Amino acid sequence: MTTAPPVARGPLSSEPPPLPDPEPVARIQVRKLHAWFGGFHAVRDVSLDIPTRKVTAVIGPSGCGKSTFLRCLNRLHELTPGARAEGSVLLDGVDVYGRRVDPVVLRRRVGMVFQKPNPFPTMSIRDNVLAGHLLSGTRVPDPEAMVERSLRQVALWDEVKDKLDQSGMSLSGGQQQRLCIARVLAVEPEVILLDEPCSALDPIATARIEELLGELESRYTIVLVTHNMQQAARTSDYTAFFYLGDLVELDRTTTIFTNPKERRTEDYVTGRFG
Amino acid sequence: MKPVREDLLAAGPAERRRHARSLFFTALCAISAAIVLVPLGSILLYVVERGASGLSWTFFTALPKPVGETGGGMGNAVAGSLVLIGLACLFGLPVGVLAGVYLAEVGRGRLAAAIRFTADVLAGVPSITIGVFVYALVVVSMRRFSAIAGGLALALVMIPTVTRTTEELLRLVPPNLREAALGLGVPAWRTTVFVVLRTAAPGIATGVMLAVARVAGETAPLLFTAMSSRYWAAGLDRPIASLPVQILTYATSPYADWQAQAWTGALCLVAIVLVLNLAARAVAARSLGARR
Repeated sequence: MTTAPPVARGPLSSEPPPLPDPEPVARIQVRKLHAWFGGFHAVRDVSLDIPTRKVTAVIGPSGCGKSTFLRCLNRLHELTPGARAEGSVLLDGVDVYGRRVDPVVLRRRVGMVFQKPNPFPTMSIRDNVLAGHLLSGTRVPDPEAMVERSLRQVALWDEVKDKLDQSGMSLSGGQQQRLCIARVLAVEPEVILLDEPCSALDPIATARIEELLGELESRYTIVLVTHNMQQAARTSDYTAFFYLGDLVELDRTTTIFTNPKERRTEDYVTGRFG
Repeated sequence: MKPVREDLLAAGPAERRRHARSLFFTALCAISAAIVLVPLGSILLYVVERGASGLSWTFFTALPKPVGETGGGMGNAVAGSLVLIGLACLFGLPVGVLAGVYLAEVGRGRLAAAIRFTADVLAGVPSITIGVFVYALVVVSMRRFSAIAGGLALALVMIPTVTRTTEELLRLVPPNLREAALGLGVPAWRTTVFVVLRTAAPGIATGVMLAVARVAGETAPLLFTAMSSRYWAAGLDRPIASLPVQILTYATSPYADWQAQAWTGALCLVAIVLVLNLAARAVAARSLGARR
């Protein structure tokens, strides 16, 4: 490879692209969504719109269905044995549960970061960033540039640029989680789902991830499941409160934490239960 | 201030009984461990003592001498064993590993349970039964003993172990790695091959080597299949010599020279198994190192 001019590659170029189009990022609308684990009804009749290019936090006590809800958005839920979902999730108007939808294509547009950092133990840091492409067998025109761009986006480049060939497992927990976010960004999704991404991290690593979310917000639609209410308050623009599988309330985060409409929301955010 | 009672934390009669019991059972475990090691150590020592004197270059290169003449070697049996092990791997590993993948990744419900049960039963079937089965299936229809029949019999001995080991090791791969790949939009089959199998590969390799080490010493399945031969292998469809069968023949013969050679052959077989075991350990250790 000789000279690769830094052309803008859609929403993932190293420069934030100009924003002539107000809504280039996918819109998610959830309609009458139900999810089950065997006989357990984990998500009950949830309908909501997820704001585009914002961070939406999903909070609620353990077992309220918030993770299940998140995993329905990229159809990961149905891969659990005995699990199924009903209702519709519209991505740019297309029902992701439609018959002609290939979940593999969907998951390239809706990336996911998990609770426990899970870099691939058999891969180097570089290969971990490229994992989505390497594992799918798709060709990357300029892998080195993609690795650097993705790692810079998660502010990990300076820490790992001299050891890209080392195992991803050699990094600290917080670095591993940022590596996992870089790995998702390298697939160039439009939506990023994060399932309690900081619950295995210390406060400093948590702060870095939260800072990162703020930077990514301008380019991606982000849904963050967390059981840390302070984190929801710090990082999100909108907050959805789930309780026992129901969506109780979705509103601006400031409203949810200061002046919620629902009594249950108020009790939860003020620490009266949960 | 209250006076300090020195005996407040001292052991009473109940604690002393507990200590005695603990000592008794620790000693029992230690003695049992020693008893396990005694036969193993004495077999090794005895085989080395009786067999080492016969070790020579000719032992590995020469053919057996005709009855009545001393000297000669087991070159054809050593080579034959390697051929048989190779054939067993060729037949057994793909089937065993793929069946394990099926059980761990795809199979649900009754069919998978039936396969699992069958594999467990097959693992317990006496290996001579497998020899008779392959005799009826292959030897009778080919009308001759052959290396292929021997390899097939060894493969059948190997498959249940390989299948169950593969399944267990694939189940040990953390589900979050699978989800990580699926979440990146990687197709399911590629996730299975390049993430799950890849991650479990060192463990599977270890299991496979242990299975190979086990069949390397099998005699019974070869008696009716590969039979034996006093010459170099003429082809895969011909009878072929193998170390275990050769050892059996020589050890039960009335000739002192043959009996001595049987000991050397046994030493050779133990060495092959030992090397395979050590290789398995090395693979496992290296992969553990790489994860850190």
